[in-house]
Amino acid sequence: MTRPHAVSLRRIPWTLVVFAVAFWVPWFGSRYDTFLASQIAIDALFAVSLNLLLGTTGLVSFGHVAYFAVGAYVCGILMKTYGMPFTVALPAAAFGAAGFALVFGFFCVRLTKIYFAMLTLAFSQIVWAVCFKWNDVTGGDQGLPDVPYPDFGWLAAIPGLDGLRVSDQFYLCCLAVVALSLAALNRINGSPFGRMLTTIRENPERAAFIGVNVRAYNLAAFVVAGGFAGIAGALFGIFNRGVYADYAYWPKSAEVMIMTILGGIQYFWGPVVGAATLVLLNQEITSYTEYWSLVLGTILLVLLFAFPGGIVGGLAAGLGRLKARRARLRQTEPRRA
Amino acid sequence: MLEVRGIGKSFGGFVAVDDVSFEVAERQIAAVIGPNGAGKSTLFNLLTGHLRPTAGQVLLAGRDITGTPPYAICRLGIGRSFQRTNIFPRLTVFENLQAALLSHHGRGRDFWSRSETLYRDETDALLGSIGLAQHEDAVAGTLSYGNQKQLELGLALASDPKILLLDEPTAGMSASETHDTIRLLERIAEARSLTLLFTEHDMEVVFSIAQKIAVLHQGRLIADGSPESVRANPEVRRIYLGERT
Repeated sequence: MTRPHAVSLRRIPWTLVVFAVAFWVPWFGSRYDTFLASQIAIDALFAVSLNLLLGTTGLVSFGHVAYFAVGAYVCGILMKTYGMPFTVALPAAAFGAAGFALVFGFFCVRLTKIYFAMLTLAFSQIVWAVCFKWNDVTGGDQGLPDVPYPDFGWLAAIPGLDGLRVSDQFYLCCLAVVALSLAALNRINGSPFGRMLTTIRENPERAAFIGVNVRAYNLAAFVVAGGFAGIAGALFGIFNRGVYADYAYWPKSAEVMIMTILGGIQYFWGPVVGAATLVLLNQEITSYTEYWSLVLGTILLVLLFAFPGGIVGGLAAGLGRLKARRARLRQTEPRRA
Repeated sequence: MLEVRGIGKSFGGFVAVDDVSFEVAERQIAAVIGPNGAGKSTLFNLLTGHLRPTAGQVLLAGRDITGTPPYAICRLGIGRSFQRTNIFPRLTVFENLQAALLSHHGRGRDFWSRSETLYRDETDALLGSIGLAQHEDAVAGTLSYGNQKQLELGLALASDPKILLLDEPTAGMSASETHDTIRLLERIAEARSLTLLFTEHDMEVVFSIAQKIAVLHQGRLIADGSPESVRANPEVRRIYLGERT
């Protein structure tokens, strides 16, 4: 007996469906929906970049926010202070963040486990302190308000897109950048380089003895993750209409780590689910109660206890059990000729 | 092939390995034996770069490799298995070996190919030669202990080593598993023209395959030679073999 239902469920290209749905948000959703969708897209990229370290390589970075902030500042300063176009500022943000990750990571990968985590946190706090005090460049505690939107004049020439608000146009731009970045990260995850990173996660001692230079690979992963965090930061600065020192403050590192773990670190798309869940929960709860952090904390606690492998891990386990039960049923079913 | 010259290692005041020198010739099967705490594992860690010696040198085919980090030593042609089984537990058996082959062929810097499509035939061949072909899709951590040891041997072989260092290859195995493992080792050493250096507790295993035996006691080398000469050595009989009779 065939089960067309189960088979077709697998055949659906879920990622394409999600991106296609996300693409139509400006037309079918409210202005607020576009706002939420932008935030989810940006946070999703940020969380997936962290997961290259956390889930793939097994490195716990408490300071991932530093590279997000560097990206945001580089893009913000270039666009606002120097009037450069977005097409220059975005790659500059990625390379700037990757550069910082290279310098900081050089020291961090010399340590392991909790010492590594603490050093990443220390570096991120240095970035925060510099952003907070360096008035001439970063605007200090005032930040950099009014980062301009990219010039989307050319978009108006495309029929169907001319009627959109600039925030909607920027959302579509975000979605494209995030989609391309996620595709690249996915490719990197499945590449031989990615496989070497998983061997480090599984067993660094053995990894060294299949010829993997563990430190060098850890550093490479740190730089790649930092670069993509920088892209997320650059998008966020424009989306938020300004870049502020808070971006580099440690609670944001904790937030992205919660998103990643909540979604499931063993799955590439886990952090995306985690980001969407946390952003939506946050919005829902803050609109109901002023004790939102208490409620949110409780919900997260329950979710993490119920799904130790994250939401995606929980769903996968559930599907697995369902499949096993069907298989058992099929075995006991009498065969019909 | 492998030469150790006056190597020593002390941890603080404790001397774990003291002025040990020996040689392993090409295609020789050599064993290092000694009671618990004699310094066998420390010696291995000195040879493979996990520990930096406080004295002496290690030479591989005449080249000084003292203090070279493990990943570089692996690339120079020393394969190793560990006393406590060391595999990638949450990857499948196939992925374990494929990863080792990717690394050996220098593909680790490739950010863009699809790794699952690479070196499939080589991985299958390696799976066959270590006798794990029927387990290729199993998650490595779920294998039986003996199979995990076999897999670890496969990981060591993937880097196409000239010399294989095995730290207690049959530790914790049943008599029949031990027998199979020894046969497998002999066959592979023969087929690949390997030099073998191993530590072992089981004297029957040692005397059945080793062509040369080095005996460590309290960090010092007390005998080094053919199995017959080691068996006849009075000091060895007194402090080591003597304990068993």
